[in-house]
Amino acid sequence: MKSRVLAAVGTVAVAAMALTGCSTGGASGGREASCTNTITKKDVPQVTVWAWFPAFEQVVDLFNETHDDVQVCWTNAGQGNDEYTKFSTAIEAKSGAPDVIMLESEVISSFTIRKALVDIGEFGANEVKDKYTDGAWNDVTSGDSVYAIPVDSGPMGMLYRQDLFDKAGIAVPTTWDEFAAAAKQLKDAGTGVLANFPTNGRAFNQALFAQAGSKPFEYDKTKPTEVSIDVNDDASKRVLNYWDGLVKEGLVTTDDAFTADYNTSLVDGTYAVYLAAAWGPGYLQGLSDADDTAVWRAAPLPQWDAANPVQVNWGGSTFAVTEQAKDKKLAAEVAKDIFGTDEAWKIGIEQGALFPTYKPILESDYFTNLEYPFFGGQQINKDVFLAAAAGYSGFTFSPFQNYAFDQLTEQQYAMVQGEKTADEALDDLQASLEKYATEQGFTSK
Amino acid sequence: MALTTGSASTAASAARIVRPRRGGIGAIDRRRQRWGWLFVAPFAVVFAAFLIFPLCYAFWMSLQTSTLATGTEFTGLANYAKAFTDPIFLSGLARVAMFALVMIPAQMLVALVAALVLDNLATVLSKFSRLMIFVPYAIPVVIGALMWGFLYSPRFGPATDVFALFGATAPSFLDQSSIFGSLVNIVTWQWSGYYMIIIYAALRGIDPAIYEAARIDGANAFQTALRIKVPMISSSMVMVLIFAMIGTLQFFTEPQVLRGVAQGAIPISYTPNMYAYSLAFSYSQFNYASAISFALGIIVFIGSYVFLFLTRKQSGLK
Repeated sequence: MKSRVLAAVGTVAVAAMALTGCSTGGASGGREASCTNTITKKDVPQVTVWAWFPAFEQVVDLFNETHDDVQVCWTNAGQGNDEYTKFSTAIEAKSGAPDVIMLESEVISSFTIRKALVDIGEFGANEVKDKYTDGAWNDVTSGDSVYAIPVDSGPMGMLYRQDLFDKAGIAVPTTWDEFAAAAKQLKDAGTGVLANFPTNGRAFNQALFAQAGSKPFEYDKTKPTEVSIDVNDDASKRVLNYWDGLVKEGLVTTDDAFTADYNTSLVDGTYAVYLAAAWGPGYLQGLSDADDTAVWRAAPLPQWDAANPVQVNWGGSTFAVTEQAKDKKLAAEVAKDIFGTDEAWKIGIEQGALFPTYKPILESDYFTNLEYPFFGGQQINKDVFLAAAAGYSGFTFSPFQNYAFDQLTEQQYAMVQGEKTADEALDDLQASLEKYATEQGFTSK
Repeated sequence: MALTTGSASTAASAARIVRPRRGGIGAIDRRRQRWGWLFVAPFAVVFAAFLIFPLCYAFWMSLQTSTLATGTEFTGLANYAKAFTDPIFLSGLARVAMFALVMIPAQMLVALVAALVLDNLATVLSKFSRLMIFVPYAIPVVIGALMWGFLYSPRFGPATDVFALFGATAPSFLDQSSIFGSLVNIVTWQWSGYYMIIIYAALRGIDPAIYEAARIDGANAFQTALRIKVPMISSSMVMVLIFAMIGTLQFFTEPQVLRGVAQGAIPISYTPNMYAYSLAFSYSQFNYASAISFALGIIVFIGSYVFLFLTRKQSGLK
């Protein structure tokens, strides 16, 4: 009798452990099972990777074929914020994060402050410094500390519809004044608008401010509690007033970016111009409902001062090694090597429309002279993006960038709703960010 | 021994009587209890692991403060003091209160009218209508909200075409000024059918003889509905109201999904629950998010309790 009771208790206990085990051990227990790619060499160590690059599966397969000591187990854990939310939860839970994670350079500080990323300078990451552009390397490092390996970047240019420009008799604008004039001309011609100014553009809006000289944050990852905020400077105000003017005159729309409506508007001729980063063409080609007769061309981003052009960057991704990585050295190797070959980059460029920060490819004749069928054979790298990339020297984001972007969206929306002027919007943004920084225990420099 | 084969209550009282005697019966009883615990165990373990423990853990988190720059420290109820003076949280509460004022009467009215009409009909059509009114509830909330997102879209939605037929411009459903109504519409569409079923079931439970008596006394159908049926189902109405109120105070899914297409009109702190969500998962302030969640829970609890107390007569709880 007694032994039967004990046996029953045991059974229940095992069942209970299995049940609770699901909730805690699921993330690590399911590691091998959750690979999106198929791993053929099963008896070597695996490194888990989260990434959302287009055509990344082929890059992973190439890596796994060419490596006998390590295999990559890749998962697409969502794009941008979706992935960061999962990562953030995994950090808090202290389990469930991958070994290597794709992060946009704008969020690296937000994770270094939570001590979630490994300084891979210890694992020889500085040896590959010369292979990357200075701007991209500055974005991921702080002195000798390396928090990620750069992958692609987003030098900005202007993609425009040659056919719509011709119809309205518009010349390609090279300055923002000409851009405003072109917007007026297109409106008078009566088809669509020249461009869209999304209030939720986040890094896009930030890049436009930066072009006029805005340096919103000063932050050093090695002094994590000091930050200085300057988002209501004259440069930002000049840019936002300019766009507010265009909005008020009805020359540009203010549709939210990254919605189905916006995507369709991009390709069906509603907007004649897509102010884009170098990854923009890849984004456009992935959209449906495109206008078949569209003639796309690329041109440099309009300038504030044509005599002193300023180049800016929007987006760009990196691979970082997380503190939860089981074998940090091996993970660092993967972060370095996965996009560390010409073959991988050819897939990235041709299938995924990525713009490399990896100099052996970036400076190759192959990349410079590459003709893009989407642009009618235009050599967009030579014409636009290589110059744009060369002029970029890095950018500092805050350690609470998600909050800063959300606040920027709220303020810009209030502005286009006519509740605030551009100056007031940026002043209020400054006040809210300063308050937040103080609450979070930062001291201003 | 014979006593224990009786009903549960006699067994319990028997146990109470025999306990002081410390005899063999007590040992048997303890063994029985052991078996009882064993039967309860599967539920108890799951209940503790997935409800009690997370709740306690969240409460413990809410008593600490962690900032990005300085780390975690124990601060007692400081987070709650902060929450109840936080203008963002309070404005979110005011907003869900507004939603409650508009949305709950709208849903209950639709549900009640539909139930009363269906209760009076006995055709095949009524069965079909009942199903059709209920169907939106069977659609997952997220899918429903996504669907409405497309219906509201100026490009993909039908509004633009419909209004164009009459030479008018369609209103923008996702603007700051109209988003409130758009959300009310989604929720009413989704939940009215569910409440209708509850009310309808209550109506079916009324003895038809009462209707006959009313008819003999000269009441017409309208009077029967208002004076007889509605008072007799008041307990169900109170239940529906409680459901609707709790749901509205915890408003989350619909605005969160619609935010995907209207980020300006629906800021991240639109409702208290959305605020807690973004604090935790966008800004990694898990401690303050726990405090916000508990603060909201307290308000929901107090609100429901006060409401149940005030309506104890109608709900039959007295």
